[in-house]
Amino acid sequence: MHVRAESSDEQATAWPEDIFEILQRFDVRQVPYVPDAGHSQLINRVLGEPSMRAVPLTTEEEGVALLAGAWAGGQRGALLMQSSGVGNCINMFSLTQIFRLPFLTLVTMRGEWGEFNPWQVPMGSSTQAVFELSGIKVLRASRADEVRDVVEAAAGQAYNACTPTAVLLSQRLIGAKVFTK
Amino acid sequence: MSKANLLDRRQVVASLLADRKGAIAIGGLGASTYDIAAAGDHDRNFYLWGAMGGAVMIGLGIALAQPKLPVVVITGDGEMLMGMGSLATVGLQKPGNLTIVVLDNEAYGETGGQASHTAAGADLVGVAKACGIDKVFSMTTMAEVEAFAPSLQDVSAGPRFASVKIDAANLERALSNRDGTFIVNRIRGSLGFKPI
Repeated sequence: MHVRAESSDEQATAWPEDIFEILQRFDVRQVPYVPDAGHSQLINRVLGEPSMRAVPLTTEEEGVALLAGAWAGGQRGALLMQSSGVGNCINMFSLTQIFRLPFLTLVTMRGEWGEFNPWQVPMGSSTQAVFELSGIKVLRASRADEVRDVVEAAAGQAYNACTPTAVLLSQRLIGAKVFTK
Repeated sequence: MSKANLLDRRQVVASLLADRKGAIAIGGLGASTYDIAAAGDHDRNFYLWGAMGGAVMIGLGIALAQPKLPVVVITGDGEMLMGMGSLATVGLQKPGNLTIVVLDNEAYGETGGQASHTAAGADLVGVAKACGIDKVFSMTTMAEVEAFAPSLQDVSAGPRFASVKIDAANLERALSNRDGTFIVNRIRGSLGFKPI
């Protein structure tokens, strides 16, 4: 298990770049997010990219509705959140089926790999099932060297086949958050 | 039940959309969607039959994607209360082409007329203003609504937020289309986007 603070492993910091490159290639224009430490590098890249609109949210369900509007207006988007936010979205997820949305969300996982905070475990444990019960396909990346392929496949089926898809970025990949006094 | 001199919601919405030009209109879950349908079906009407609390965010997504088009969200006080955080999100993005109109009857009309928080003084105009939406309006007369309607077309001066106090009367439903893919693809088609 590695921790987030370590950056010596090159692959550990390369995967957010892989995701950013894929979002650019698929012409993603709106990137709503609720911040997560595991997404911080990607969020910074989006904030610095003029062709993309970063949209900080007050709650994750706003992002689902935003992406429905973006699609109606002719733009693609991707929602960035952590596993605890997935439960906040449940009723709004109905939009992905009602509109057959090209919906893509990238979810950093908590509560599943060396977690320190017990409050993260219940939602982290039900994240995948919540997506599947909501009619959203789930793909998972657990190692840095598979992030590119997994996100590419997810973006492809979301945008080309209008198949709502979530990518779970494992806590094993991101590293368990270290709590120190 | 209702106070004197409150406005008729259908008249308000008809006035707002009478000279809409290319505007996209989003109706929140409940009577607001019926009001938009009653004003006349249109390729650019976005009817919501669910997703309570999501109307403003759908409007924001469209407004960011189509910055030269007027986008107006017409919703009720209950729907707006459920998505109040989205006013902070709009206040941050400041889309010039987005207008939000809340038809405030101080009640949940679809479910039996239970009092909403605005009946007890929750001030949505104050919330919008405090969230960074500078252009806020509180309207109680048709003259004010009619004077406000043309401003929807100014796509550089928003975002705007308006509250209109309306009568709590439950009007006959004007049922709109409710097939989501039809509604969205019709809007996309009107903007020149082809099916996948």
